[in-house]
Amino acid sequence: METGVLALSLVEGIENVLDRHHHDRTAIIAILQDIQDEVNCLPEDALRYVSCALGIPLSKVCSLATFYKAFSLQPRGRHVINVCLGTACHVRGAVRVLEAVERNLGIRAGDTDENLQFTLETVNCLGACALGPIVVIDGEYHGQMTSARAEALLKRVKARDAS
Amino acid sequence: MKRIGSIEEFEELRERIKRSRRPDQQRITISDGTCCRAYGSLPVVKAFQEELQQRGLQDQVEVKATGCHGFCDIEPIVIVDPGGVLYQRVKADDVPDIIDHMMQNNGAVERLLHVDPATGQRVTYEHEVPFYRKQRRELFQVSRWIDPTNIDDYIALGGYSALAKALSSMEPEEVIEAVKKSGLRGRGGGGFPTGRKWASCREAPGDIRYVICNADEGDPGAYMDRGLLEGNPHSILEGMIIGAYAVGAHVGYVYVRHEYPLAVHNVGIAIEQAREVGLLGQDILGSGFDFDIEIRRGGGAFVCGESSALMRSLEGDVGEPHPKYVHATEKGLWDSPTVLNNVETWANAPLIINRGWEWFASIGTEGSKGTKIFSLVGKINATGLVEVPMGITLREIIYDIGGGIPDGKKFKAVQTGGPSGGCLPEGLLDLPVDFDELSKAGSMMGSGGMIVMDETTCMVDLARYFLNFLREESCGKCVPCREGIERSLEILNRICDGEGTPEDIPLLEELAEFLQGFALCALGRTAPNPVLSTLRYFRDEYEAHIFDKKCPAGVCRALIEYYIDPEACTGCGACVRPCPEGAISGEKKQPHTIDVELCIKCGACRDTCRFDAVHVR
Repeated sequence: METGVLALSLVEGIENVLDRHHHDRTAIIAILQDIQDEVNCLPEDALRYVSCALGIPLSKVCSLATFYKAFSLQPRGRHVINVCLGTACHVRGAVRVLEAVERNLGIRAGDTDENLQFTLETVNCLGACALGPIVVIDGEYHGQMTSARAEALLKRVKARDAS
Repeated sequence: MKRIGSIEEFEELRERIKRSRRPDQQRITISDGTCCRAYGSLPVVKAFQEELQQRGLQDQVEVKATGCHGFCDIEPIVIVDPGGVLYQRVKADDVPDIIDHMMQNNGAVERLLHVDPATGQRVTYEHEVPFYRKQRRELFQVSRWIDPTNIDDYIALGGYSALAKALSSMEPEEVIEAVKKSGLRGRGGGGFPTGRKWASCREAPGDIRYVICNADEGDPGAYMDRGLLEGNPHSILEGMIIGAYAVGAHVGYVYVRHEYPLAVHNVGIAIEQAREVGLLGQDILGSGFDFDIEIRRGGGAFVCGESSALMRSLEGDVGEPHPKYVHATEKGLWDSPTVLNNVETWANAPLIINRGWEWFASIGTEGSKGTKIFSLVGKINATGLVEVPMGITLREIIYDIGGGIPDGKKFKAVQTGGPSGGCLPEGLLDLPVDFDELSKAGSMMGSGGMIVMDETTCMVDLARYFLNFLREESCGKCVPCREGIERSLEILNRICDGEGTPEDIPLLEELAEFLQGFALCALGRTAPNPVLSTLRYFRDEYEAHIFDKKCPAGVCRALIEYYIDPEACTGCGACVRPCPEGAISGEKKQPHTIDVELCIKCGACRDTCRFDAVHVR
């Protein structure tokens, strides 16, 4: 991770979030969530800034940022793909769907490709079990997925990007 | 809206709202929870609004988007009132037809009616739908009638009358007594008697108390709480206010899982509206009781569903559980006496106060009173959220409500209790749904996830799935959980890879004992349950993996082989391209073959084949 001078816009964004939460230390998790919502990840500089601003040791802030799966320390891709691995989807073959997506994108679950085009994540139940296995791309739900349909879906997304 | 200052004023408000509504109001209700949106409900809502506007009917016909109705398999559901004609799997293109039939009052749109799977006949009205027939939807029925973002709907149906009754005519101790006598037990999985929990909190020393709603529903396959939070958030708020009054708390938190943005949104609106009316805040309904609620979002950690971990998370710390030598009702959030209850538990409180503890205790069994909402998912014909009286059998839920197993396959097991629970085989289908009965059989009630499996599910792989889940979610603090789960998982991986040894089963059982006895929190202590219950009822599958190096269900990669049945294969070649390894070959119109050396068993060919020619052995 590169560190350096914090972009002014990032500082402003963080200060806004801190103000919204009245600089309340106990709201640290909500603060980190709001920062991530704005910046799409939690860069190291943001963690350092928050640590200073709230008087929480950096080790603690990093501990929180790495404990909770909602946080991403790495920048995420343009398209976030979620494959549901809930029990109902698992029983309907979700693992094969995940593997098809991993093969197609050349990355493992949890990673982002080097072009920052796709981030692949798994989730442990979206609660849309009637249509499982489910793949969500950019908030759009796709149900009754199979490895073949996953390939077709990714092909469409890549084609849309290329055009 | 002016803040209501007394119970009389509140009842006047209720009457005003009811009087402003026509009993024969024409209305289109659309199910619009998260799952419904996954199935495309938003375009349907929009299409109705636009079409009615275009026809100049927007003042005559009300459009109401509600939470999930529970019958997820046929969502988006549209109900036309008056009358209750129910349409299933509605798309935006269907909207003009529906409105035509509604306005011309000439029957229903046949193609959109639900078909009774038992008779093959179409049913027209909501009350005829067989999925609902054996349910007892005391909690869930309300969702069908209310817009969760409009408190008036909840009030018009009698909402907050339990609160008014408690504040005006019951002492806090009487409220606790009623909850105790009702027999309500926690719905989050623990099943602890709720009344006793509230009493402990009230009796604990200290000036500050808290009430918390655990909305961190983490069991994969369980989404009942989400249904309630999205569809009827006020029922939970009302329960919390009643509970806070009973124990003497003035601050409450709803801790909602990060993955539930619509629930966060709807609960947030509900809190705002409750404050505006004067049901939250200072001097609620002129009673002198102050109480307010805040929402906090989870960070994506399953372990934060454990009550002590949840409280640490609220305090701004990592979600590491603490050993419970001292209960949270004495020292919980910020070391103050705290009542933490599950969403469904809170939602039951207003029912108990309104209809009386005797009514609640009349439902269910000796040890398990009231109703329970389950998410019925997996290999089942009718997927959805079902609310049933305690004591109903698993068979009735799976076959009478769920419609049995699809594709003519055979039932194999039903899993309840999530990663802390167990699998129950066919021989136990007549077990009643009851906290103690399920525990005795090696499973548990859990929060309500009920996953049905057929002959194509490998029980060893399933145990591995749950252990893998827990390995990811373990906080890592204590050795038994951190190491015990890791090593158990290693053993199961070896077994599934065909490298199991006879010593593995006794070793798994020993590790299970160790985890059960010494893990710091319930995550670790119950982690062995899936392994133990599958060993108990499906030992033969473990033995097949270990001794015969075979996976009878045809799932574990290392132990199976894909092949094409030459009798069924038409040689269409559709499977050739999807194969990522180019392992399939054959002449056009001649049976094809799979080169097992190249095959990685991804299943793409089986998914593509339209002639059911690809099999696993």
